[in-house]
Amino acid sequence: MDDARQLGQISNTATSKITARGVQVHYGQNHALKDVDVDILDRAVTAFIGPSGCGKSTFLRCLNRMNDTVASARVTGSILLEGEDIYDPRVDPVQLRAKVGMVFQKPNPFPKSIYDNVAYGPKIHGMTRNKAELDVIVEASLRKAALWGEVKDRLDASGTGLSGGQQQRLCIARAIATSPEVLLMDEPCSALDPIATAQVEELIDELRASFSVVIVTHSMQQAARVSQKTAFFHLGYLVEYGDTPQIFTNPKDPRTESYITGRIG
Amino acid sequence: MAVEDPHIMSAFDRDLEALQAHLLRLGSLVETALMSSVRALETHDLVAADRVVYGDAAVDELEELIQTEAASLIARRAPTASDLRLVLATMRAATSLERVGDHAKNVAKRTRIIDRSAPVEGHAGSIRRMAGMAVKMLEDAQLALVRKDADLAMAVRNRDVDLDQMYNTLFRSLFTYMMESAANISPSMHLHFVAKNVERAGDHATSIAEQAYYLATGTMPAEPRQKGEAAALPSLG
Repeated sequence: MDDARQLGQISNTATSKITARGVQVHYGQNHALKDVDVDILDRAVTAFIGPSGCGKSTFLRCLNRMNDTVASARVTGSILLEGEDIYDPRVDPVQLRAKVGMVFQKPNPFPKSIYDNVAYGPKIHGMTRNKAELDVIVEASLRKAALWGEVKDRLDASGTGLSGGQQQRLCIARAIATSPEVLLMDEPCSALDPIATAQVEELIDELRASFSVVIVTHSMQQAARVSQKTAFFHLGYLVEYGDTPQIFTNPKDPRTESYITGRIG
Repeated sequence: MAVEDPHIMSAFDRDLEALQAHLLRLGSLVETALMSSVRALETHDLVAADRVVYGDAAVDELEELIQTEAASLIARRAPTASDLRLVLATMRAATSLERVGDHAKNVAKRTRIIDRSAPVEGHAGSIRRMAGMAVKMLEDAQLALVRKDADLAMAVRNRDVDLDQMYNTLFRSLFTYMMESAANISPSMHLHFVAKNVERAGDHATSIAEQAYYLATGTMPAEPRQKGEAAALPSLG
């Protein structure tokens, strides 16, 4: 397993965490996502790539029902998280989002202390009984987000006072504080400089030991660097889904080839 | 290579085309060197042989240029998919061609030391025909690379068996000469090494054809290559 990890491979026994079948999304008259079938693996990084408006972010937002917040959005088909339909009426979207965490393009820490940013999720979900337990979760989350060493002496300082890269890692710490099963990332590095990007990419690679990570990125090099599986979306279709090395060296679909070699916009 | 579908960034296409233009120039240099070397052997033209020996420096230089430019292209443009395979295949093909240049140089070096004798008169023509075949294979392998033509690549690969058979026939014939008279041993051994050099040029053409197949399909050809070497060593009994 360690050897496979070093090679950036995933074991053949990897199980699927999310199973999507026939997923369609309409925004009013606009048919944004067309009949998407995909299995997202546990303990692996899956990258969604494709030109703007291809449906990759739309699909990402289906995975934690963020599209519920868009009045005109209509989602059909089935999305199962560990066999449970996440669109079942009995599922509470707030509880779902604790299990399927999300990190956005621009770091968006709350205007609160570093500690409170991370403690927020566990508090509202009633995950701890006392301050000592909460301290443990905050420290563990900040450590997993590779931020503990940089902030442990100033946990009371405001989260918004950190650098861009630190803020993004704080947001990742906040997302993993509720012990999610899946971590969704919508272009998490597009507002960061190359060093901060490399730190977040290193973090993503570490996170896949514990989570299923799905990342939307416009940087094909980033997709190639951090993911084990890549899905290419185009005009609302999932055109090709496969092992990342295969997608980047020998894509099967000519549309994938054209996109990743820089021939269509 | 005709770029079917241009990149959004046209400088990328220019870089890829320049890389292939260098490769074709390298191919033409080594094909000429190989044919010149076997003709020089046949006519015992020492001036022409020396020209091949000294000309190898230009081959080495061009091969190095291709490797440097390919590395630069990888660093700057991060090619993927068929672009990546094109760069990798071109680098490997350049290495093969450079080796063919070395074989031509080896043939040319022997021209000076081989005495004109019965075995030489009898076999230099066969060696020239072998070289002609190897050169045609090299040309077609490069054509397959440029056209991304997997069928042509496989056809070139299968032709290597003919070259191997010619080499075996020549080897048996030289062997007979050596059995006849000890005086024939030295020229026959030299000729045998010359023939081996030419036969190796065919192997390099096969490698280039395999790279062309990889470029076209994304995989290396699966079936094992036909070998014509089963009868390489005649029984000594």
